[in-house]
Amino acid sequence: MSAAHPVLLKVENLTKHFPITKGVFRREVGSVKAVDGISFEIRERETLGLVGESGCGKSTAGRVILQLYPATGGNVAFRGEELTRLSTEGMRKLRPKMQMIFQDPQDSLNPRMTVGSIIGEPLEEHGIAKGKASRERVEELLQSVGMNPKFTNRYPHEFSGGQRQRIGIARALALNPEFIVCDEPIAALDVSIQAQVVNLLEDLQEQYGLTYLFISHDLSMIRHIADRVAVMYLGKLMELAPSASLYREPLHPYTQALLSAVPIHDPLKEAQRERVILMGDVPSPANPPPGCPFSTRCPVAQEQCYYELPELRELRSGHQVACHFSK
Amino acid sequence: MQHTAASPVLEVKDVVTRFRTQDGMVYAVNGISFSLNEGELLGIVGESGSGKSVTMMSLLKLLPMPPAEIVSGEAHFEGEDLLKLDPNKMRHIRGGRIGFIFQDPMTSLNPVLTVGYQLTESLREHLKMPRKVARQRAGELLELVGIPMAANRLNDFPHQFSGGMRQRVMIAIALACDPKVLIADEPTTALDVTIQAQILDLVKRLRQELGMAIIWITHDLGVVAGIADRVMVMYGGFVVERAGVKELYSNPKHPYTQALLRTLPDMDGDRSERLESIKGQPPDLHHKPVSCPFAPRCPHVFERCLQANPLLESVADGHELACWWDTATGEAKP
Repeated sequence: MSAAHPVLLKVENLTKHFPITKGVFRREVGSVKAVDGISFEIRERETLGLVGESGCGKSTAGRVILQLYPATGGNVAFRGEELTRLSTEGMRKLRPKMQMIFQDPQDSLNPRMTVGSIIGEPLEEHGIAKGKASRERVEELLQSVGMNPKFTNRYPHEFSGGQRQRIGIARALALNPEFIVCDEPIAALDVSIQAQVVNLLEDLQEQYGLTYLFISHDLSMIRHIADRVAVMYLGKLMELAPSASLYREPLHPYTQALLSAVPIHDPLKEAQRERVILMGDVPSPANPPPGCPFSTRCPVAQEQCYYELPELRELRSGHQVACHFSK
Repeated sequence: MQHTAASPVLEVKDVVTRFRTQDGMVYAVNGISFSLNEGELLGIVGESGSGKSVTMMSLLKLLPMPPAEIVSGEAHFEGEDLLKLDPNKMRHIRGGRIGFIFQDPMTSLNPVLTVGYQLTESLREHLKMPRKVARQRAGELLELVGIPMAANRLNDFPHQFSGGMRQRVMIAIALACDPKVLIADEPTTALDVTIQAQILDLVKRLRQELGMAIIWITHDLGVVAGIADRVMVMYGGFVVERAGVKELYSNPKHPYTQALLRTLPDMDGDRSERLESIKGQPPDLHHKPVSCPFAPRCPHVFERCLQANPLLESVADGHELACWWDTATGEAKP
């Protein structure tokens, strides 16, 4: 479906290193390689899922793409326009097109602002609507996320977690964006509320032709929502494939282990499945292993893996893997 | 594993716990009864606010009182009623005969004490072990939970361990005095899936080796599917359904359990299908529960559900349900 659509966002060799400083003069003694050279494209109306465990750099990647952190290297092009070289003012003009939905609706909504002013702020800030027009737009937005438009004078604490996330979504929609980075938007919600929010995001995508970068650690939800999935580990992409193909035939040993670790809500299937239990923990991104980042935990690592970094290569149509031995 | 014939090690009857807050009373646990059999793993599943943690905290007397009040209930363990024990005796049981693990290993370990100290503390306190013996045992415990080079790590502080390793330390502390019952409250929720898989694997192994009974509290239906013998589903401070693990997943009867299982996306099957969602919001616990807690969100709701709360009743062998609706006939119960 999405192949017909033009590329909306192109990320090339993006890196983000956070310096580690020491002493009074804050001498730089090393860096945390949070994002270490990732490349992918997202087409219009597509949902790209970005999965990985905590500390793999998926959230940092989302923020660097939106230029919330300056990139250390690499390029991000939005409709062909290079974002990393834009001035603050130039970026400000583009901001309405690119929005973000955060994980914790508790922390990302100002507790002292009413729902009306939270959602209306971007409208006034970007000079889109004021006064009555702004109020009407806010009511319309509340309605589109399935909330009562009369709630504009209430405060965030008066709402449940799921409702607060809807307010966060309404705020992100206020400026008619084309692209939204959803950073773990359902991780803080109760199971019975997660499906509501995911369905809402899917409806809105359909209705407004949105493009999503959906960051999550929840592999079964990603399978449901994403058209294509990128698997990240220690700042690098391990595998990038259409959702169906990735879950049917994961090619990277890390993806295989990750998928086998997801608990299935069926005791019969649980009893039958074979688990790959990984040894040890994720190495520190300040000091990643030379060679393949997964080599320290990989059940099939060979000598080559410890010194030579595997490149992403396309093994099936649209299915890329960074492993020397995947076939 | 079926443990239906085994004798209960812990028998809980009609526990009611409330919180007296500035905004009025919060009805957190509204009459929970269950029994835990020897060597059994009982999964307690519920969302936040379902009362699953408060129930366990009530049994262990870990709730600050006030604001909490244990209004009524009994909890029989080794011939004594936990809810009537004086604080001193309770201290001996907590961390001794009943071990527990909490969700976040960082906040439940003391950051300024070494792991060795925290492990030996309970051994010396509960089992009156001399220092040297306790230290030796602490090393063995760390090895038991799969910490590499265990003996060398006793002098390390919690921050020197990763999240998964810290949870292993917590498990080692909980197991230190060879407990009869282990209560684990969302022990893998803060962990990544690959680390969660390691911990689940560890718990399965420890169960076989040590044979204690476990209460596993979680919001994740997937996690309990793999490890539990029986599962109890909680909602709004009530038990709404309880059954053997296979029965519950293959034949869920409560509309809440059914809906919950349907909202979860599959790892196989049709991807493009729309997720079923449960409409509405979780219950507001400020209201005294007089009707079925799930009634406002239930697809089968009818008059009676709003008038009285259904009691937990046996509907099949080992399968209990609290619902006015009979899913088998599709009609209201007589």
